[in-house]
Formats: sequence, structure tokens, C-alpha cells
Amino acid sequence: MSESSKVLLDIRHLSVAVRDAQSNTPLVRDVSLHVRSGETLAIVGESGSGKTLTFLAALGIAPNNIKVTGGEVLFENDDLTKLNPSELRTRRGTAISMVFQDPLSALNPVFSIGTQIVEVLRAHLPMTRAQARTRAIELLERVHIPDPHRRVDDYPHQFSGGMRQRALIAMAIALEPKVLIADEPTTALDVTVQAQVLELLSQLREETGMALVLITHDLGLVARHADRVAVFYAGRVVEQAAVKDLFHKPRHPYTVSLFRTIPRLDSPVHTALTPIVGQPPNLAQLPEGCPFAPRCYLVKADCSSTQVKLIDTTDSEHLSACHHWPEVHPGS
Amino acid sequence: MTHTAPAPLLELKHICKTFNDTMSWRGRSSKGVQAVDDATLSLYPNETLGLVGETGSGKSTLGRIALRLIEPSSGCVRFEGQDITHLSARLMREKRQRMQMVFQDPYGSLDPRMSVDKLVSEPLIVHNIPAVQRQEKMHAALRQVGLDPSLAHRYPHEFSGGQRQRIGIARAMVLDPTLLVLDEPVSALDVSIQAQVLNLLHEIQARTRVSYLFIAHDLSVVRHISHRVAVMYLGRIVEIGTRDAIYTRPKHPYTVSLLSAVPIPDPDTERTRKRIPLIGEIGSANNTPSGCRFHPRCPRAREIAQQPHIAKQKVGVVDIPVLCATQDPALLGSDQEHACACHFPHDTL
Repeated sequence: MSESSKVLLDIRHLSVAVRDAQSNTPLVRDVSLHVRSGETLAIVGESGSGKTLTFLAALGIAPNNIKVTGGEVLFENDDLTKLNPSELRTRRGTAISMVFQDPLSALNPVFSIGTQIVEVLRAHLPMTRAQARTRAIELLERVHIPDPHRRVDDYPHQFSGGMRQRALIAMAIALEPKVLIADEPTTALDVTVQAQVLELLSQLREETGMALVLITHDLGLVARHADRVAVFYAGRVVEQAAVKDLFHKPRHPYTVSLFRTIPRLDSPVHTALTPIVGQPPNLAQLPEGCPFAPRCYLVKADCSSTQVKLIDTTDSEHLSACHHWPEVHPGS
Repeated sequence: MTHTAPAPLLELKHICKTFNDTMSWRGRSSKGVQAVDDATLSLYPNETLGLVGETGSGKSTLGRIALRLIEPSSGCVRFEGQDITHLSARLMREKRQRMQMVFQDPYGSLDPRMSVDKLVSEPLIVHNIPAVQRQEKMHAALRQVGLDPSLAHRYPHEFSGGQRQRIGIARAMVLDPTLLVLDEPVSALDVSIQAQVLNLLHEIQARTRVSYLFIAHDLSVVRHISHRVAVMYLGRIVEIGTRDAIYTRPKHPYTVSLLSAVPIPDPDTERTRKRIPLIGEIGSANNTPSGCRFHPRCPRAREIAQQPHIAKQKVGVVDIPVLCATQDPALLGSDQEHACACHFPHDTL
């Protein structure tokens, strides 16, 4: 990806917390990310690491008890965290759009697919019902739904899992967003359909020049589709790099541990898996220093006392939040 | 695994299962969903057989039929050399001590109102294990899965997903079974936890010589744990063989495409790999295609039909070899080594 491409979405030092009567638990801490036009940024991490929440909060669609406590989300000179709800609503869909994991619960079962796409179009654009319907058929064709003239009147239950996810993608790209955030778009799908859906997203990105944020736990998909990768752990970005740098020269022990934990189709057959010891930390009671220290194979005395910061380890945007990053070797 | 084959522990022979196949009194029938269609496989002692396929291929149904949790419409289930297809409930219960199941969802499969000691002891009570032995067996089962027996008074919600799956495994292992059917046991878990559970399953098998029928859709996980692998498509086993045969010399075009679709976590290899895309999605089991059930999606059939000496016919807009469109291929070869149900198994794309 050329350095000259425009930065579209720029998240700076974002912090998010869940508030209730007694407590104020930070869930996302000081996360900075940006994505340029035409680029695919992959976000990886385990459940509860804050990868989805960062983007829900950035778009103002996180649950009510979750608040942005610091930082800014810049999109075309606007700070999305400062916009009022109606201004934000006009940005969602046209500027930034999101595809969710579970296509069955993201679609309304009592309306036809066509009606749901028409609703998105007419909410934002001055279109008649007939124009919107024509456009909906075009969109379904664009995401390779066979026989879109007939299928536009189908209900979600008449679509297969892969087709539902395509229909959701059609809705998400209906307003030609500049940034598309795909949250585990293929986790519920079979591997053959998964490949088809991701090829579709890549193809749309190439055609439209939109930026794609791919939230996933599948490092294989990251290797194939991403330009850059950010690794989340316990609500923070712990490593961020170009995809080849991350896979070949990881600079955070958590990234190395993730690679060692997955069975691979191309590894020698008797390779033992090395699980990460212990459990992810409780975000309400994070340890003093590095949150990964209790599970880290490289842990040293200063890790549990000194606060970690994401620092640039080279001049090529390879960021790591490990005090001892020069000692992190890629898994052999 | 075992080439000088001992007696199989479990044999499924020509299993068919049709759901909702109703016949009204006038003789009008509504055609049901044929979830499993003439599936045959054997599982040997101390062996792991991976069963893979897409959603709707019938792999879970076949796994449940192996335990007779679902009754087959036809075919025969043999366990420890005995035909158990029509065994009475009372005799079946005695068999079930040695055939157990681990489910996918570690949240839904444990009763939230039962503490861990109750959950793990329940099978012992059902099978009339004397009360004096229960505590000891329960603790041994918990230790076996790496859980501290001092936590046994706690409830499932106090444990993480990986720990719950360990509880599920302890519950299945407490009766010292010889057969464990695992239905997607790690697909609900995060990758770091998934590795812990896979390693645990390895250890348990090394210690107890239990056999696993390991049902999963993740081909990398299945390769890691299995000695042999069976590939299902629309209710039929289309390819079966040793792990090396399936993963390094796949013969069936469906297996070839499935393997090519699995992403490999390395940007250099992954971006240069050839992918063999399947056409469309898995068909519906209530309308199985004629001839080879895979022909509507088969890239190889289309390729072969281009050759001049092949008899072909039009299916929709494409040419398909007549053989593929009209004749159901049989599973040929040794299921111990490598067998495949394809009319053109050796051709490569």
C-alpha cells in the first residue's frame, strides 16, 4: 500500500470504559489505529480483547453503559466522538459501515431481503421505492447472489448462511462507504464459503478504493488478505506492523505465542501445539505492569512493575508494547 | 494407525437416515431430508478418526447414530463386535458406559444449576456405580482433565469456556469409555484455549487408549489430531484414508477444493497458493443431485468434459461427463489406507 494514500479513519488514543453504579472498568485503553484508502487493516486478538468494542465505540453504536472516556476518532476532519447522534447517523453507512458476525441475527426475519436494503437506501438517499428496489437488485448482483431479480423478494430464512452474509455486505456497501468494518464476517461460515466471501470483500475494496477493517481471530485469513495488522490484548494494541513484518519478525511475545498455538495445514505432522499458559486477565483487575506478563515466556523482573507503552521499533511503523522486544524471536 | 488391523471398536455399515419421511394413509409420501445416505466406516481401538465436511453434510447426524442417540433409518451399528442397532434400551444403557459424547457448546451442554461434582458424578449414578467409589472416580476424572478437585463445588458459570469444555470431557471420561464421539469440541474456543484442549485430548488418549470419532469442520485441527480422516459430502463419505493420504494425496475433487480453501498463516505461501474454487454452495439434502451428488459443484467434471473422447451431456449451461451426471460413484479402495468415491479420481486439475 503506498504511503501516499489518504488516511481515512484515524483513531487516536481511544479509551472506552463500562460504567455502572459501583464501578468504572476500562475495556479499551489508549488505542491508536488508522486505515488508509484501499488498504486492509486486520485486527486480531482473543474474545474480550476489545477489538470489536473499539470500533463499536468509534461509531457510537456500543451499548448504552459503555462510554468513550478519552481520545478521538477522526474521519475527514470530524471527531466522531464529538458529533451529536443525528450527525453521527448520517456518517454511518455513507462514510463508515459495518458487517457483523452472525448474519442470521443481523437480518430482520419478518422483512424480505429487498425491503431491508431498500430501507437502508431510502433512509439516506432521496430515492423512490422503485429506484431503491432497482438499486437493491444491482447490489445483490454485485455480491454474486444468483438470480437477484427473484431472490430480492426472499426472506432471510430462504437464504443460505453464505448468501445471508453476502446480503449483509450488500447492505453495508449500499451507500458506498469509504471505510467498511467487517467483524468476524466469516466465522459462522464453512471454509469454502468463507473463501468466497473474503474474495468478494477484497474485490469490492479494489473496485471502490474503500478501506477495509477485518476483525478476525483467524491468522490464515490475515496472512491472505491484510496489508497491516494490529494485535489486541487486554484492551490494548500490543503490536502493529505490515503483514509480512508481523508474520516473519514478530516483536511481541503474545504474537509469537499466538502463532505457536494454532495447528497449521503446512506444519510437520507431529508438531506439538504450545498453548498460552493461564487465562486472559480480568480487565477490572489488570496487573500493574505489562498485562501479558503472567502468561509470557519471556517475562523479566521489570515486566510486572513498569507500565508498557506502544513504541515504534523501527522507522517502518512496526510498533510493539514489549519492554524486551529485541529479544522476541519468531517461533521456529 | 493400525495397519495389521485388530477388530474394529465401532463399525457403521450402510447407514441411512431420513428425517421427516412421512407416509400418509393414502400412500402419498412427503419426501424427507436424507441426512445420511449409505455411509460406512470403522473405528479401531486407540485410534482417532476425523470426520469433516461442510454444514449440512450429515457428519453430526452420523456421530449421533454411532451412539444410537439418533436411530438410523437403515444400516447397522456394531460396537465391540456386537450389532447394537436394535439393542433394547436396558442393554443399550450398559453399552453406553463405554461410549460417550462431548458436545460443541461448553455453555449449553452443562446444566447451570448443577455444581461440577454433581455434573461429573451424574453418569456414575446413572450407571449404578457404588456410592463409595463415586467420589474417587469423580476426582480422578477432574485431575485427568487438569482441573483441581477442590473446585468441584463450584458451578459452570464460574469457569471459563476452556475449563467448561474440560468439565464436559471429565463427564464423558468418568466411566472409562472406550469410544468418545466429539462433536466440534474446540470450535467454540479461542485459539490459545483450543490448543490446551487438543493437547489434553492427546494425553488422555495416550493414557487410556480411548478411540475418538472427532467431528469438526476445521481441517487444520483435524489434521493435527487424527490418524485417519473421512470426508463427508451430502450424507455420503466421499473420501476416507490415512491422514497423510487425505492431506498430501487427496483424490476426490471435493477434498482438493476444501484443502485449497483453508488459509495458511504465512503471507508468502498464502498469497501464491492456487485455490480451486467450488461452484456455489452445498446442495440441499432433501434434493440430492442425480449421479454423483457432487457434480453440480465439481470443477473436475467440467474440466474432464472438455476432453474430446469423453461422453458428455448438458446440465444447465455446462457440459458434464455422462458418467458423473447419471451414475452414483462407489467408494473404492481400502478405508484403512485410502478410498475415494469419484469416477475420475486420479486426474489432477
